[in-house]
Amino acid sequence: MRLKTSLITGAGLLFMPALATALPVDGNMGFQDPVTSTMEQIVGFHNTWIMPIITIIVLLVMALMLFIMVRFREKANPVPSKTSHNTLIEIIWTIVPVLVLLALVTPSMKLLYMQDDLPETEMTIKVTGDTWYWEYSYPDLEESGVESIISNPLNKEQAIAAGKPFLLAADAPLVVPSDTKVKVLVTSRNNLHAFAVPQFGVKMDAIPGIINETWFEVFEGKEGTYFGQCSELCGVNHYYMPIEVKVVSKADFNTWVANGGSFTQQEASNNYGSGMTTAAQE
Amino acid sequence: MAAYGDDAHDDKPGFFTRWFYSTNHKDIGTLYLIFAILSGVIGGYLSFMMRMELGEPGIQFFEGNVRLFNVYATMHGLIMIFFMVMPAVIGGFGNWFVPIMIGAPDMAFPRMNNFSFWLLPTALICLLASFAFGGFGGGWVMYPPLSTTGSPGPAFDFIIVGLLAAGFSSIFGAINFITTILNMRAPGMTMHKMPLFAWSVLVTAFLLLLALPVLAASLFMLLTDRIPGGTGFFNPEMGGDPVMFQHLFWFFGHPEVYIMILPAFGIVSHVVSTFSKKPIFGYLGMAYAMVAIGVVGFVVWAHHMYTVGMDVDLKAYFIAATLVIAVPTGVKIFSWLATMWGGSIRFSIPMQWALAFIFLFVVGGVTGVALANAGLDTALHDTYYVVAHFHYVLSMGAVFGIFCGFYYWFGKMTGYLYNKWLAGIHFWLFFIGVNVIFMPQHFLGLQGMPRRYVDYPEEFEMWNNVSTLGIIPTGLGVLFFFITVGEAFWRKRPAGDNPWGEGANTLEWTLSSPPPFHSFNTLPRMTDDGGH
Repeated sequence: MRLKTSLITGAGLLFMPALATALPVDGNMGFQDPVTSTMEQIVGFHNTWIMPIITIIVLLVMALMLFIMVRFREKANPVPSKTSHNTLIEIIWTIVPVLVLLALVTPSMKLLYMQDDLPETEMTIKVTGDTWYWEYSYPDLEESGVESIISNPLNKEQAIAAGKPFLLAADAPLVVPSDTKVKVLVTSRNNLHAFAVPQFGVKMDAIPGIINETWFEVFEGKEGTYFGQCSELCGVNHYYMPIEVKVVSKADFNTWVANGGSFTQQEASNNYGSGMTTAAQE
Repeated sequence: MAAYGDDAHDDKPGFFTRWFYSTNHKDIGTLYLIFAILSGVIGGYLSFMMRMELGEPGIQFFEGNVRLFNVYATMHGLIMIFFMVMPAVIGGFGNWFVPIMIGAPDMAFPRMNNFSFWLLPTALICLLASFAFGGFGGGWVMYPPLSTTGSPGPAFDFIIVGLLAAGFSSIFGAINFITTILNMRAPGMTMHKMPLFAWSVLVTAFLLLLALPVLAASLFMLLTDRIPGGTGFFNPEMGGDPVMFQHLFWFFGHPEVYIMILPAFGIVSHVVSTFSKKPIFGYLGMAYAMVAIGVVGFVVWAHHMYTVGMDVDLKAYFIAATLVIAVPTGVKIFSWLATMWGGSIRFSIPMQWALAFIFLFVVGGVTGVALANAGLDTALHDTYYVVAHFHYVLSMGAVFGIFCGFYYWFGKMTGYLYNKWLAGIHFWLFFIGVNVIFMPQHFLGLQGMPRRYVDYPEEFEMWNNVSTLGIIPTGLGVLFFFITVGEAFWRKRPAGDNPWGEGANTLEWTLSSPPPFHSFNTLPRMTDDGGH
């Protein structure tokens, strides 16, 4: 399976340089590569704060346990002590975790507020979840004739034919420009859904009757196709409503808008990794 | 004290009277344990099928009926929580040992105790009946609109009725435990001398009493919302709010996770103390840490809902409150270690489970600290990281606590000794198996694999493969559990009053194994030095 995937992406690399970084990688143990500052900071918080702290705690407890199990096993220590109190050590093991948590809470809050406070955004997209597909619309661009996009999943044959990853690929991707702060309005028509793109650090529930807001800004030079999956149980086809986002340069996006929501004819016929990506790959 | 007068003749009720009309806390406890094992087999089968399905990409077992996968996931959660863990730790061990440990003749309301138990099989039958109508695939969290307009047909109505029955069973049980523990302690058994398992069940009972009515209310609201032309509490078209259900559900749901783990804390405390031959270190800290966990557990619920679009300041509050829980939990972990420190440790089977519990609970606990941070949770919410986290604290935490208690008290409850080699094989297979299943799921979650998926992109194949391999040792471990129990009943090696020696100093070890029908003919009296 793995080999097949590599062959597909490998062949694809000739035409679509950014794709290689845009998929989850089989066997990886960490996050997917971030392409927004939000996700970069999530990864940073996880790698510089959470992982060291939790690793040290687990190793500390494990080392203590192993030491105790060896040093105080029945054979090594036949007569047990009767100690059952030590106020000082009890105070220490209450205070030290408090200090660790206090150290953790500052970067955690910084990350939260950075993510959650919407900056001045430059454009807006509206994401509507339905059973079981996504609809993407561009409220700012309606006058330019950009119609909303109904994005259905590709079935296995279609995905293989298109050289796209099954269960991640959609027939019509959401198209957004890079280097642009994009406001995302998320809602639903029926069941709950969640709009999630791991590499953007975006996950927002789609709830009927409520319009949620989030945002992202893909780095310049990270143009390419990115994938996400519905992340709130929404019924039978929950596993089968992928999210495909095509990030293009500002210039290409303007062309796309000028064409009323399609690239040039050639690109429209093969609009996956259409070669407009000139940036260096990761 | 009814037990006192009736006691001149040791009555031997007939089979039907004894097991169906039972008002004896020990018999009811046994019924609860048998029921929990049965439910565990059903819930385990459901998870076995899910893991088989997820072994490789593509739809293998649920072809043509992928909805059934969601049904299995839903039922696995509901059955394991309401019909396996809760009956085992509270109904089973709680009924068996809380009255004995506090020196009470029985539970305060023996007939209500019987009613509490028999509501549960009724509830389980309701849940299983839902399969006949196609089942309900909306997740154990039952979020509307999927659980209202999204799931027509009677299947979910059966589940609501079943859960209401199970909820009332727990509420009655909680009332019974609170009354028993507060009013029926033996002379000299003050609250601050009470064994930690009794403390853990007391805190749990308060959590049940406060949390379950909220679940019952929200289930009723779902029920009336589902009636055509009925209410619209959670329906935005009628002015309702689907998110309100999530708040109500998790106001119950978060205390619920402590309901499952606190009794395990109590069991592990006794086992660690017994096999280190030392009194519990920092007894008061241990008792009040559980109280603190119970109290704070009520004000952290929305950390399950960081992605619903909550106000950022509210999220900040829930981060802070959630992190606070790590402190009393840390106190418990360190106190267990300190109890062992300086002890004379024997690695009997219950102690192996207890040591594994402590370590695995730490692993599950630290990923909880990770998930508490809303900013990070944006990436991890509803991924396999969450699945790994809560299975480390439940499937390894609560379940290891259950096996720990089972092997600790098996001799006391049945009068027989089990074969420690067979039990050891059970432990090691299970320990290795669950780690192989759930450790890789952390990596899947970090890579972004969402939960509740019947099929996944092949980019997630490798770790799913490993995870599914883990069901082999786990399944064999469960098999050895039954072999161990069967062998013990077959060989009938007498356990004696106290198979564990000097470290086991709570009241149940002063009685015969199994204890007489009426535990105490004269109430035990606690002396000032904690002896009796």
